[in-house]
Amino acid sequence: MLSRVAESIYWMYRYTERAENIARILDSNYHMILDLPTGFGEQWEPLVVTTGDEVLFEKLYGSYSQENVVQFLTFDRNNPNSILSCLRTARENARSVREWISSEMWQQLNTFYLMVKDASGSGGNIELPHEFYVEIMMNCHLFAGLAGNTMSHGIAWEFGRLGQMLERADKTARIVDVKYFILLPSVEYIGTPYDHILWGSILRSASAFEMYRKQYGQIVPDQIIEFLLLDNQFPRAIHHCLIMAELSLRNISGTMRGRFTNRAEKFLGQLLADLDYTTVEDIKALGLHQYIDSLQTRLNKASEVVFETFFSIPEEATSVTQDQVQS
Amino acid sequence: MLFKNYQTDNFYDEMFDEQLRPRPGAEAVVNRFSELPLEELKRRQHAAEKALLQMGITFSVYGDEQGTERIFPFDIVPRIIPHNEWVEIEEGLKQRIRALNLFIDDIYHDQKILKDGVIPAELVLSAGAFRKECIGLNPPGGIWCHITGTDLVRGADGKFYVLEDNLRCPSGVSYVLQNRAVMKRSFPHAFDAARVNPVVDYPNRLLGLLQSLAPMRHRKPRVAVWTPGVYNSAYFEHSYLAQQMGVELVEGRDLAVVDDTVMMRTTTGLKPVDVLYRRIDDDFIDPEVFRSDSMLGVPGLMRAYRAGHVALANAPGTGVADDKAIYAYVPQMIRYYLGQDAILNNVETFLCRREQDLQHVLANLDKLVVKKVGESGGYGMLVGIHATPAERAEFAEQIKATPHDYIAQPTLSLSRVPTLIDDHFEGRHVDLRPYVLYGEEIYVTPGGLTRVALKKGSLVVNSSQGGGSKDTWVVEACSLPEGGSPC
Repeated sequence: MLSRVAESIYWMYRYTERAENIARILDSNYHMILDLPTGFGEQWEPLVVTTGDEVLFEKLYGSYSQENVVQFLTFDRNNPNSILSCLRTARENARSVREWISSEMWQQLNTFYLMVKDASGSGGNIELPHEFYVEIMMNCHLFAGLAGNTMSHGIAWEFGRLGQMLERADKTARIVDVKYFILLPSVEYIGTPYDHILWGSILRSASAFEMYRKQYGQIVPDQIIEFLLLDNQFPRAIHHCLIMAELSLRNISGTMRGRFTNRAEKFLGQLLADLDYTTVEDIKALGLHQYIDSLQTRLNKASEVVFETFFSIPEEATSVTQDQVQS
Repeated sequence: MLFKNYQTDNFYDEMFDEQLRPRPGAEAVVNRFSELPLEELKRRQHAAEKALLQMGITFSVYGDEQGTERIFPFDIVPRIIPHNEWVEIEEGLKQRIRALNLFIDDIYHDQKILKDGVIPAELVLSAGAFRKECIGLNPPGGIWCHITGTDLVRGADGKFYVLEDNLRCPSGVSYVLQNRAVMKRSFPHAFDAARVNPVVDYPNRLLGLLQSLAPMRHRKPRVAVWTPGVYNSAYFEHSYLAQQMGVELVEGRDLAVVDDTVMMRTTTGLKPVDVLYRRIDDDFIDPEVFRSDSMLGVPGLMRAYRAGHVALANAPGTGVADDKAIYAYVPQMIRYYLGQDAILNNVETFLCRREQDLQHVLANLDKLVVKKVGESGGYGMLVGIHATPAERAEFAEQIKATPHDYIAQPTLSLSRVPTLIDDHFEGRHVDLRPYVLYGEEIYVTPGGLTRVALKKGSLVVNSSQGGGSKDTWVVEACSLPEGGSPC
């Protein structure tokens, strides 16, 4: 298939996944605030840190008020990673590959974008945030479901899943990193009900609360880290995401596990192999922040290698590649 | 009964005759639409528009930073053409495209028609769309123009006239297919009762045509639709046709020419392309040969084409035959190449380059439609009857300055079709663009795109000038027996 088409499908999935993640962290933050005692201080800055757009935010808004952060992350056209911008980019990518994806996928993304664009028109005031963000999440899931059920699981689809899984791994890593950082000063809450609320909100940010409960029961920080980073079955756990991403790469080239035929396979395979044999003790020995930092560097590198292997067009024409924003 | 106060206002109406009786073939539609209350009609109109918006069949409003998108307006009342009338149109279109292709082939080879003095040589050789680079080319089967969208209008006398032959990259066929899909969904009973000729196999026929052009017969041909990109106003159509045919949609940057072979850049390296359905003007296809500033084109494409390694549909150079001045000579071409009289009439055309015509045009600007030879889309034209004296005077100066650039035609009294306006039906002027595929045989879409000028009294149907579209139904006509029920 055309490199340009593969790249568009990859970004279409990535941006839809990104929109879903942003809706989720906004929603879980609203919930957390309602459960915390007044005076605890509303934490909105970490959300912007999670998307990695602090510099742009401070230039555009300055103060991290709820109103500013919600507007910046939801509707701001100047923020390439706002929900609205993500959906617009996803839709523009979809538009350029309409002959590859199913009509159902296109119509869902198109209708979805128009819905959020209409909502942005009313001054961006969200009367019922939970309802609104759940609707966004469900629309993203609907897109993913339609993609899985209406499009052939061939190479085009594998490029989509590769993008989705790399994006999701990156977002889970950021959520854990940022949340953990906020939780550090709150040692005084250990043993209080708020401890559970705060740690629970990490899980909720990754929609992992119920699945975690089933597996571990009690809220224990080490186990939460183990679950979100190293679980191989939970769909948002980094380990699981990389298993699926690596599988997509092998399906694209038709290579059996244990061999590699391109740099992307080699790089991602090595990263996955490391995760296969990592324990939560290893992570703690290095320090969670340091571990995630290095993991994120490798995830970014993986995206670059994928780009170089499949999308960067041989010969001249380097000036015409799409202006895509990587987080 | 929304037709109760309907007036034809002395125009030829496609639905009703002068006594306001439904024309042959229109009875079933009139009956069905009469049965529906206004609220229901409006509901279906709204649902149809919503479906078009959700399918993304939209164009962007230029200069609007909010990214506003509009649908191409759609009216639910179909335009009816009885089958017996259609047969003649179809024959006329086939005759015309045969002659036009023979003309193009002649112009790029021996130029016999010029040597025999049938058409002034200077008129052809100085035309903006004449491509000297195409001299001596031999497209497969000697056919240059495979895909045509001819603009027809019906005058006050009830006859069809050819207004323009669009021989380069005619667009709009996707609207034919989408309008039909929407109408089948919105008015299944009227559709069923009217017995409408299907248009649904167009993509399949187009694919068959494109595959038949492949230069290498030993492998399954790789066909691609070539689009200028997502910002082109017809992008939806390019992607829709590629999707419906199951072929690649490529942009110039996806293509490269290696060893005189056109290749596309894939995730597994370069792969050869056999047939390109280009939706990009020939000026832009190859910066080595045509416009050197083209960012959309592929350097070396014409080398590959000349070497016979790739087929292009349409072939480069076809524009010479749809020049607005050369148009005036199509009846002579038909006589010259086919020895026949034209079945479809031309509109009487005055060429301002001829002194006698120029004087006539300047003296009758208030009755004529003047067009600039190199423009399209309703731009660069003057509808004298609707223009102010000042506008006419200004246009007269332009004509006098460069008479070669202008032609003029009488203001045609275009036929009308009932159209839902607010809470009732009013007549609106329409044209008709059937699509013609010329491969091993000639296929004409039954019907085509009916464009409608939605502004009251307007004669300009272009979407950029407030036009919309309607579904076109070619129906099996049956005469209404005395006192009998309509079929």
